[in-house]
Amino acid sequence: MKRRLIAIAADGALILYFVFALFPVAWMIILSLKPANELFSTYFSFAPTLDSYRTVLGAGHDEGVPFLRFFVNSLVVSLGAVGLSLAIGLPAAYAAARWRFRGSENLMFTLLSFRFAPELTVIIPLFVLYQKLGLFDTYVGMIWVLQLVTLPLIVWIMRSYFSDLSPEVEQAALLDGYTRKQAFFKVALPLVRPGIAAVSLLAFIFAWNNFVFPLILTSSEAQTVTVGALSFLGGDRPKYNLTAAAALVSVVPPLLLALTIQRYLVRGLSFGAVKS
Amino acid sequence: MSSPLTETDHGAASHGGSGPSARVVPRRRRALRPYLLIVPALLLTGGILYPFGLGLYYTLFDFAASKPRPDMVGLDNYRRIFGESSFWDSAWVTVLYAVGAAAVETVLGVAVALLLHRSTRVGRVLEKILILPLMIAPVIAAIMWKLMLQPSVGVVNYLLKPFGMGGVQWTDTPAGALLSSIAVDVWVYTPFVAILALAGLRSLPVSPFEAAAVDGAGWWFTFRKLTLPMLWPYVLVAVIFRFMDSLKVFDIIYALTEGGPGDSTVVLQIRAYLEAIRFQRYSYGISYMIVLWAVVYLVTMVLVRYLGKIQNRAAEVPK
Repeated sequence: MKRRLIAIAADGALILYFVFALFPVAWMIILSLKPANELFSTYFSFAPTLDSYRTVLGAGHDEGVPFLRFFVNSLVVSLGAVGLSLAIGLPAAYAAARWRFRGSENLMFTLLSFRFAPELTVIIPLFVLYQKLGLFDTYVGMIWVLQLVTLPLIVWIMRSYFSDLSPEVEQAALLDGYTRKQAFFKVALPLVRPGIAAVSLLAFIFAWNNFVFPLILTSSEAQTVTVGALSFLGGDRPKYNLTAAAALVSVVPPLLLALTIQRYLVRGLSFGAVKS
Repeated sequence: MSSPLTETDHGAASHGGSGPSARVVPRRRRALRPYLLIVPALLLTGGILYPFGLGLYYTLFDFAASKPRPDMVGLDNYRRIFGESSFWDSAWVTVLYAVGAAAVETVLGVAVALLLHRSTRVGRVLEKILILPLMIAPVIAAIMWKLMLQPSVGVVNYLLKPFGMGGVQWTDTPAGALLSSIAVDVWVYTPFVAILALAGLRSLPVSPFEAAAVDGAGWWFTFRKLTLPMLWPYVLVAVIFRFMDSLKVFDIIYALTEGGPGDSTVVLQIRAYLEAIRFQRYSYGISYMIVLWAVVYLVTMVLVRYLGKIQNRAAEVPK
């Protein structure tokens, strides 16, 4: 009897935490479906409408906020950042896993220190520099600075995946007459493909969710959803329903991707420090 | 468990210095290869380190939008910062925020992990949605909470009305604003701690727990003497990440309180933002960041060293 009570209490506590975790999202859904004239008059009883989504996605009067464009911008800069990081990060991760050479550890730790550096240390000088170079408010400028987020993640985690591979497999390929390059592309890379997929998605999520870079280094052309979502709160009458709809639209991609990489999250989030 | 933070070059030790020996390529080219692979990453690292170095250089001048021809002022910027109460106020708020957020997230995260580890039917269903808040951009989370915490029309006060607290001014008092920001941080990042702690719980050896059960040890004793010490290396990784990240909090405060009311939630990164971007005193703003960066760097070193010690000790526990 006592056992059952404890079990019920434990499940109750768990459910309580999850109510706290899920309520804000549920509430945003409710807010986003409210008609503008009932925003503050009712809490739960109203005739739901999709007007807020129409407005946010620009299928009508868009309140002067080109949110759909911000959405495309987020896609472009996040994909660009992940692509660039993969292209230069995979070979580096492989080298760091397979060889011990002068400077490799220092490079790895420099990369790791990016992860913990206060972003503004680099952004403020970049803000000045980008104005001079014409990179302010451009895709290239954003993709470049997002490397701070995506590259350390990809290099550290891919190194741990490459290290887990037994070198004998590649050696066998070399004895069979493969060149090093072929061994890397035809043997090593296919074996870590799940790791690459997971770390790419995670890097994409972090790039997508970044706020401080686009806030300071873009103004309109390359602005992203995280900054754009704040624009509906401006003005003399903050538009709660539009803000809620914008918030929900902007969390859809990261949430969808996150569901597909649950298994790899532990290693990814801890930079390989914890393997499940 | 292996740790990239403390271990050097795992894996390479087992196969010597320069990769698997293949007699296909002449020796000299083999020695060069890792460098060729790593050059692009080096270039990019340089591309990031350059603005950092530039920033460091700027702090030695009085560079601002109002001064197109800055003068060299040496360490004056730093001297001024340390002499100002606004710096110490910011530092104090930052530390309060980081300690508060990391502490609550650790306790709550470990509790959630312990509850999920029991693996009841309810738990298995809930575990699938555990990471949801963590994947939402912190700035979006702060926007959501801002709408909910609105004193007059927000849903939180509406739900509290039956309990006689329908008029709480959540973000309009200094203490309330700080606590609300920490609450948003807790909402977003508790799953982070929970996920790592859960991975730890699932990798713990079974035999000590069986022995404790045979000896009739109580739940609390088992938790304190067995679970927590063995789990600590995992939890510590989470604590380091959370503490370091909250020292440089920006998004949540920016969206929720903008540093207000007054200056009460102006943490160091917000202060640097206001100085450099809003008032365009670049040198001064960067100086704040260099100080924060130095602190973060030192604290990380200390914590990572401690983590290494703990992990070595954990490795000695017979499985």
